[in-house]
Amino acid sequence: MASEAHGAESGGLEFHPMDQFIIKPLFGGDTINWYTPTNVTLWMALAVVAVIALMVVGTRRRAVVPSRSQSIGELAYGFVYKMVEDVAGKDAIKFFPYIMTLFMFIVFANFLGLIPMSFTTTSHFGVTVVLALLVFLTVTVVGFVKNGMGFLGLFWVSSAPLALRPILAIIELISYFVRPVSHSIRLAGNVMAGHAVIKVFAGFAAIAVVSPVSVVAITAMYGLEVLVAFIQAYVFTILTCVYLKDALHPSH
Amino acid sequence: MATTTTDAASHAAEAASAPGMPQLDFSNWGNQIFWLLITLVVIYFVLSRIALPRIAAVLAERQGTITNDIAAAEELKAKAVEAEEAYNQALADARVEAQKIAAEAKAEIQADLDVAIQKADAEISAKAAESEKAIAEIRAGALESIKDVADATANEVVAALGGKADAAAVTKAVADRMKG
Repeated sequence: MASEAHGAESGGLEFHPMDQFIIKPLFGGDTINWYTPTNVTLWMALAVVAVIALMVVGTRRRAVVPSRSQSIGELAYGFVYKMVEDVAGKDAIKFFPYIMTLFMFIVFANFLGLIPMSFTTTSHFGVTVVLALLVFLTVTVVGFVKNGMGFLGLFWVSSAPLALRPILAIIELISYFVRPVSHSIRLAGNVMAGHAVIKVFAGFAAIAVVSPVSVVAITAMYGLEVLVAFIQAYVFTILTCVYLKDALHPSH
Repeated sequence: MATTTTDAASHAAEAASAPGMPQLDFSNWGNQIFWLLITLVVIYFVLSRIALPRIAAVLAERQGTITNDIAAAEELKAKAVEAEEAYNQALADARVEAQKIAAEAKAEIQADLDVAIQKADAEISAKAAESEKAIAEIRAGALESIKDVADATANEVVAALGGKADAAAVTKAVADRMKG
């Protein structure tokens, strides 16, 4: 990363693109125990507050003709509900609150992370790995509970020639266990990369001649990041639905 | 859960500058995971207990309202069509009635007219008969006058010719002549 560039020898240019990801205790001190309130705690709490504001406070009037906030809440509900129904099937609807939770958390964490000087919780692998592992474990457990050993049929491609099936089974098995890795790194990687790039552009703004270009680049990058914030939440959610479909209907 | 009590000092020193990637500092993963799980549980309960049932109810209610409104609108439309039909029927009835009344009035007037014409005809023929009678009387009067004149003239002519006129014979002769 660009951390080597930081220092006096680079002519006043200072790049700290990764500093924004440092986890700090909220109330001073250096030790971070598992229970210590940190900036992670703060921004996750803000995400919870935002979710409550939109989905509970925004819909408090239960109006047949919705207010603006209620419309957005209903839009989010309909968006995820339709996704679960279309991608994972009708019998996946009972997982809808779970998937909705993931979507709302990721989308709000991503968008809160776009506030300048904020901390982006979804840029940490620690967070996304847990999210992905939760999905992975849920899907695996549901798969075995629903189908018993029949769930292993997911790895046995019955439409392929018999000779190829063991090889395909190994490939399928590997791809199955790689899922949580790609699932988590995709989200954190996208969010982290965008934020880091913005910081690098911001570092260039120290040179007066370059600064207009830098500002334009930051603006463009920010627009892209707004897209990425939503798209990554969408991708994470739809992949969850796809995995859930595999668990509920393992036959190819 | 991983804690950072052991390498806290070195970590703090590292954090003051820019470490390679804070994401790969596994010492505070425990902290993140703990808070993340709490966050997810809170969001899950808020959504599944309050928000999602509420939104589902609102959407169902809206769907119901829309369905009801459409049904009501269709009913009203049917009523409007019915009312239009009734109106058209009433209009047709009224037209027929009006035609009937007009025809009746026409017939009545025609009857009155016929009576009046008959009466007038009768009056006219009575008048004509009267006039004919008067004419006949006048004609008769005229014949009588001619007879008188012819009588008198015949008498005078006979007298002038020097004959002795027998008045009765002259009269008879004149009457015979006039008949022929």
